[in-house]
Amino acid sequence: MNTPATNFKPDRPKRLVMKGITKQYPGCLANDSVDLDICVGEIHALLGENGAGKSTLMKTIYGIVKPDSGEMIWEGEPIRIKDPAHARKLGIGMVFQHFSLFETLTVTENIALALGDDASDMKALAEKIRTVSARYGMALNPERYVHSLSVGERQRVEIVRCLVQDIRLLILDEPTSVLTPQEVNTLFITLRRLAEEGCSILFISHKLNEVKALCHRATVLRGGRVSGACIPAEEDPSGMARMMVGEDMPISMDYEKVIGEDVFLQVRGLSRISEDPFGVDLKHINLDVHAGEIVGIAGVAGNGQEELLAALSGEYTIKNHDAIHFPCGPVGHLCPEKRRRKGLAFVPEERLGRGAVPDMSLKDNALLTGFLTGLVKKGMIDHQATENFAQKIIQQYRVKTPHSGTHAKSLSGGNLQKFIIGREILQNPQLLVAAHPTWGVDIGAATAIHQALIELRDKGAAILIVSEDIDELFQISDRLCALCDGALSPIKATNDTSLEEVGQWMAGMFETENKTDATSAQTDIGAPHVV
Amino acid sequence: MLFKLEPRGEHSKAMAYLSPLLAGILTLITGGIFFYLQGNDPLYALKTMLYTPISDVYGLTELCVKTAPILLCAIGLAVVFKAQVWNIGAEGQLLMGGLAASALAVNIIDIEGVWVLPMVMLVGMLGGGLWALLAAWLKTHFNANEILTTIMLNYIALNFLIYSVHGPLKDPHGYNFPESAMFGDAALLPILVEGTRVHAGILFALFAVVVVWVLLSRSFIGFQIKVLGLDASAARFAGFKDKKLVWITMLISGALAGLAGAGEVAGPLGQLVPQISPGYGYAAIIVAFLGRLHPIGILFASLLMALIYMGGEMAQIMLNMPLAITGLFQGMLLFYLLACDVLIGYKIKFPWLGTKAAASSAE
Repeated sequence: MNTPATNFKPDRPKRLVMKGITKQYPGCLANDSVDLDICVGEIHALLGENGAGKSTLMKTIYGIVKPDSGEMIWEGEPIRIKDPAHARKLGIGMVFQHFSLFETLTVTENIALALGDDASDMKALAEKIRTVSARYGMALNPERYVHSLSVGERQRVEIVRCLVQDIRLLILDEPTSVLTPQEVNTLFITLRRLAEEGCSILFISHKLNEVKALCHRATVLRGGRVSGACIPAEEDPSGMARMMVGEDMPISMDYEKVIGEDVFLQVRGLSRISEDPFGVDLKHINLDVHAGEIVGIAGVAGNGQEELLAALSGEYTIKNHDAIHFPCGPVGHLCPEKRRRKGLAFVPEERLGRGAVPDMSLKDNALLTGFLTGLVKKGMIDHQATENFAQKIIQQYRVKTPHSGTHAKSLSGGNLQKFIIGREILQNPQLLVAAHPTWGVDIGAATAIHQALIELRDKGAAILIVSEDIDELFQISDRLCALCDGALSPIKATNDTSLEEVGQWMAGMFETENKTDATSAQTDIGAPHVV
Repeated sequence: MLFKLEPRGEHSKAMAYLSPLLAGILTLITGGIFFYLQGNDPLYALKTMLYTPISDVYGLTELCVKTAPILLCAIGLAVVFKAQVWNIGAEGQLLMGGLAASALAVNIIDIEGVWVLPMVMLVGMLGGGLWALLAAWLKTHFNANEILTTIMLNYIALNFLIYSVHGPLKDPHGYNFPESAMFGDAALLPILVEGTRVHAGILFALFAVVVVWVLLSRSFIGFQIKVLGLDASAARFAGFKDKKLVWITMLISGALAGLAGAGEVAGPLGQLVPQISPGYGYAAIIVAFLGRLHPIGILFASLLMALIYMGGEMAQIMLNMPLAITGLFQGMLLFYLLACDVLIGYKIKFPWLGTKAAASSAE
């Protein structure tokens, strides 16, 4: 990673000072007298696990949340930010993790919508977008429609939307989670230039390497309180991680890489035209997953991951039965239940509303996929066995919940993910397909999930992981590949590849094995993903 | 602003149970005002409507007679509604059940035997069930919205029934009245209390309550139905077959409505007439929601709905009110229920009460 800017001195004038910010939600003290100050031209990291209170704090700055007590001082003046419009007027801009863009409008139109009355002259605005984006190294064509942009480009639209105004404080919520490593570097160059010009940046993240590479100072939140502050350049990542998770949690580990045994999942020439006009066609995918190994598929979201996962889980059945093979034979035509009976377990991307029913208890959610393991007898639910199964998941995977009757929706993301992973693993699958297993999950829970996956691998299960988190894939996968625009890159042992190579695969720079498909794949690997 | 609604963090369980009660009270108050405006003493009028009909044993047995078809339809609707399949066609399914049962019964008037009544009931269930499956087929094959198809099928069923009593099923010795012949004794439901009209249909209904309760709370099919209703994508993920569940739930609800129809023609009516149902199938929709789709709740709600039917008749007799009063009370009940259900997810805030609230609403 690049070196952090070292010429920063914390004795600059303060842009924003927050003192004793407290916000109480029903049953949860989200911010407990939090202090934070950001200088002019500073890149300040706000670190913390999910549920640590980062979101509440930044929403307070942006005027979405009103704190119960505490004061804010903006450029030396005490202030109460009424709403986001007021915040924007002050020069505060925010880029959310989930973009708020209209797919069917152009870049200019999207930005004009955010500006409101200030955007009367569309031509001038387009010109301004062009100059601003060129100045900060974020190539962007104002005439393009948002639906044709890659995720990285959409993020640029969000950032440029903040920059066309007089920006003084830019808040970025986990901005790198959707980018390839190369795109991350480009973003960092932009942010450094912005900071040099005096703009303050609040960078919210839980990726410690990035914080170390980019940020001048960091404030760490834990359980709604400030648990520490540091200069990231002088701190090693494990020290920062300690401040985030507390003393008693294991942080992260190196796992031994192994070579698998017999092939369990065999995918041969899997192609599928998407029914969704904004979907991605799968292009002649070949993939083997051996028993006792973890194969990771990297890639920026929206490059065919959903379609591939649906084909593997059985939610899409494939006309060519042989495209997907288990040891027992072709399964391409089988429904999810039949594939489960043949040893498949599946962890979907959406925890709530797919992996778990939000308005059902954990006990009922244990039954959701656990029904094949003797929980149903003669069509009737064995409530005691179901309860025991739910209890087993909760205990073995340390799901924090008062009891198994709690509704799934009231669990934190990490807790629910532990529950879902536990539910799938405790069914002793021979093949586990997991989508984004630790997305939005705190470090403690992520480590627990990784350990569970490694244990399952060592018991001889074949595991396929689709993730956007490239560090995670390097950490736990034995072999790696990447998906771009519906085509799969070559697969290499993790130890034989590099971050740069996988980054190039993610951008579509690879030769497809099948030469007949290669031409179409090459032409389709459009500019969107290549910076 | 007089008041504003603020979302609750979590749905209020208490409000979910209080809402039907509140809706009932609001209906009484509005009904009272309405009676007052019509020049009646509101308390006396309400008493006439809601107490007088059941003030004696005969009244109570009549309540059971009216409850049976409503309860059967509503308990079936609880099953489909749990799956978020909106069968509005219980009325049509009831009519088709009654028609099918009559078609069999009038052809075996002279036949004796213990199997006659079960056959008549079974054919009634089949009639209602198949009629519902028509909508299920339209939904699963053509993605036709079941709300529309079931409503339209109600009118088809009604006209089919009217055609039948004017045509093929008309009693040849009936002086050209649009009625079928009276059923044979073997096809009639046994009377439970001598000297009243209360028949075995109410037992069917109570039995259905138990079966549906077990189905929804104990069986795996019931679990799949609930998952499909709460979260269709989770059902797909788990591998539950959503189309099959649509067929099953529609069949159950149609068959129970059909049984209600068969119970009417083989019970209090004893023959097929054009007016089998004063809208029991529609009232059952209100009942299902009023009872929170829970079998016990539905049991109480259908007793209330039956009482409103009887009260409407009583108001007609004693207060010279039109029979439309029944529909008025049903409508108010549903209206207030839907309004009160907003409070499950939202709190009412009065900005003019207290300064803090006023400040926050100033934006």
